[in-house]
Amino acid sequence: MTVRTFNPVRLAIWTAVAVLGAASWSVLALARGEKISAIWIVAAAVGSYLIAQRFYARFIAYKVLQVDDRRATPAERFDDGVDYHPTDKRVLFGHHFAAIAGAGPLVGPVLAAQMGYLPGTIWIIVGVIFAGAVQDMVVLFFSMRRNGKSLGQMAREEIGRTGGIAALIAVFAIMIILLAVLALVVVNALAESPWGVFSIAMTIPIALLMGCYLRYLRPGRVTEVSLLGFALLIAAIAGGNWVSHSSLADAFTLSPRTLVVCLVIYGFVASVLPVWVLLAPRDYLSTFMKIGVVVLLALGVLFALPDLTVDPLTDFAREGSGPVFAGSLFPFAFITIACGALSGFHSLISSGTTPKMIEKESHVPLIGYGSMLMESFVAVMALVAACVIDPGLYYAMNAPAGVLGDSLQSASEAVAGFGFHITPETLQDMARSVGEDTLVARTGGAPTLAVGIAVILSEAFRSDGMMSFWYHFAIMFEALFILTAVDAGTRVGRFMLQDTIGNVVPRFKDKDWRPGIWITSAAVVLAWGYFLWVGVTDPLGGINQLFPLFGTSNQLLACMALAICTALLVKSGRLKWAWVTGAPLAWALAVTMTASWQKVFSGDPKVGFFAQRAKYQEALDEGTVLAPAKSLDDMATIVTNSTVTGTLSAVFALLTLVVVLACARVAVKAIRNGGSLPLVEAEYVESKIPPLPEAKPVGAVSTPAGSS
Amino acid sequence: MRSPGAAPPATGRGGALARIRRCAAWIRWYVKELNGEHAYARYAERARAAGEPVLSRREFEHRRVDRRDGDPREGGRCC
Repeated sequence: MTVRTFNPVRLAIWTAVAVLGAASWSVLALARGEKISAIWIVAAAVGSYLIAQRFYARFIAYKVLQVDDRRATPAERFDDGVDYHPTDKRVLFGHHFAAIAGAGPLVGPVLAAQMGYLPGTIWIIVGVIFAGAVQDMVVLFFSMRRNGKSLGQMAREEIGRTGGIAALIAVFAIMIILLAVLALVVVNALAESPWGVFSIAMTIPIALLMGCYLRYLRPGRVTEVSLLGFALLIAAIAGGNWVSHSSLADAFTLSPRTLVVCLVIYGFVASVLPVWVLLAPRDYLSTFMKIGVVVLLALGVLFALPDLTVDPLTDFAREGSGPVFAGSLFPFAFITIACGALSGFHSLISSGTTPKMIEKESHVPLIGYGSMLMESFVAVMALVAACVIDPGLYYAMNAPAGVLGDSLQSASEAVAGFGFHITPETLQDMARSVGEDTLVARTGGAPTLAVGIAVILSEAFRSDGMMSFWYHFAIMFEALFILTAVDAGTRVGRFMLQDTIGNVVPRFKDKDWRPGIWITSAAVVLAWGYFLWVGVTDPLGGINQLFPLFGTSNQLLACMALAICTALLVKSGRLKWAWVTGAPLAWALAVTMTASWQKVFSGDPKVGFFAQRAKYQEALDEGTVLAPAKSLDDMATIVTNSTVTGTLSAVFALLTLVVVLACARVAVKAIRNGGSLPLVEAEYVESKIPPLPEAKPVGAVSTPAGSS
Repeated sequence: MRSPGAAPPATGRGGALARIRRCAAWIRWYVKELNGEHAYARYAERARAAGEPVLSRREFEHRRVDRRDGDPREGGRCC
């Protein structure tokens, strides 16, 4: 390492950042009773991110991983201009962020706001610094050292066959649940909303137009076609307002069940069409929207300076009896926040395209760690948006429909039962101001986030009349992401299924064989479609039932990734640094195993799936109907659903344990072997790319994402 | 045309107008790097340097996007 000279200016800047961060945390933690501004959450986040990126990420890179700029990266060695090519670190940072960011960090924090703003803020910030960003960065590094191998391949080669197969099955199963829950969020946001359905439906012709433009008119001119698509998108949102007041409104008012059928058909058709028709143009649009909305929201918070309306810690956090999702603070707040703090899915991206494009090993902290800090910043923004709206409205929107009843009056009474207050008139006014018929029981997080964004942006731009536009702008932005993810995820699931079935029926290995594509795509679509249907029809509320399963499975995947990283650190003779991934692994295991245990074995029917099953089965045997079920059919649905979800919880946890134990076995073997075992790493080749002038070996002043 | 891989300088001397222009040029460069618009220029430069026949832009872009049909894991998106 280079010897750094003492620089008083730099020292003063970092001291100021540290003081700002510490002061913001104190304000958040010590506030009692008085209203505090949301800006403190943002300041605490940015201050902590800067310190973490500058010190912890660099410590991991140089002490633990021992990045070496004299070693050629796969991008340099295999440079083919296609898969592998050395990429500017700022560009690759953007690429990687666009690939990991999605709807998860937007939805989870909104639901977790039920427990108050403090648990969410702490876990999003501390979790990303010590767990989420560490996982992303370490996986990226190990994959880069193995020429960009996937997590599954690394597991098979370094841990063994059993661990590899368990990891593969887990990834597939978890992806199905992920797609179902994301689709459920969209269904809940679009149901009975002609404005929303019309503007989202219009994205299909817009994408087709963009696809044809890029294919036939001006190939490769992505920037101009993105601007064109964006303009059309805004026109579609504005047009939605007109449609919702016209005679066409009925045609675009769809029930949740109809939407499920539409989504399943869309998912199938979109994923068997060539990529250029729908997926590629939608990808350009959603990346454009993603970065635009994050910047817009950050500016909105700065200009509007909204006050937090939520308590730091609510009674639901202490008692675990919240209506949005059941269960106590530990472990369920950590599960619910999902992708903004620690996301197992990122390990699949970090071991995908990105490691093949890294120019220098010292870029790993900015790309792996920094992108995840940015993702966490998105989650902080979502939390802020959920914590500045009226709590009465929050519960009226997020409690299950069965609890809130059919009228505004019953919803208002139910909210009073939770200890909050909102009048039926206010509920009606709010719905009207965002251009919807009703906001009651719009669960899933997306509508709540959209209301929060609308409140912040109309405040920031002093434009009350724009509320309904901003609301639908936010809904469009989330739905666009999710539909792109549904299309892309179905394709990846199909690919995995083709490979697996191909081991038995070789014909399926042929990725161009149309019947093979259709059969496997249909299988994947029906699998997530089943859970989507379950989520929409469950009398207990789909989000309430399925979201914990999604959050748990995502973090179980993180456990697998962290376990593989820890085993690799030990195998390479770095036992003394194994805590860097070992500590977050222990925490994530404690969270997910407690959650899985409670979901399977808890005697409380609100939390445990099998206790729930027993309660409803018993009543069903006696022929009685328990609220919120309305008929014996509803009762039977609950019994089936809780059996399926309970079994899945158990299977996910067992698969994870198989992988973790396989990793532990390898680690023990390495220690017995005198501290290390041979690795399956690519050989050392001297790099010929000179270090860039501004990129000193220590990564210079890599401004982290949080500052934007 | 500049080499597609190299970023225009984001800072430098000159009047305010010149600085704004350089900043805009940098943003344009960054966006086009990010969305893959520079891929063809990069490819064409390589192919020419290697003395290979250069595909037309249309042909190149078709092949580039069609590759994702074969392996959808490329350019994958997350939650």
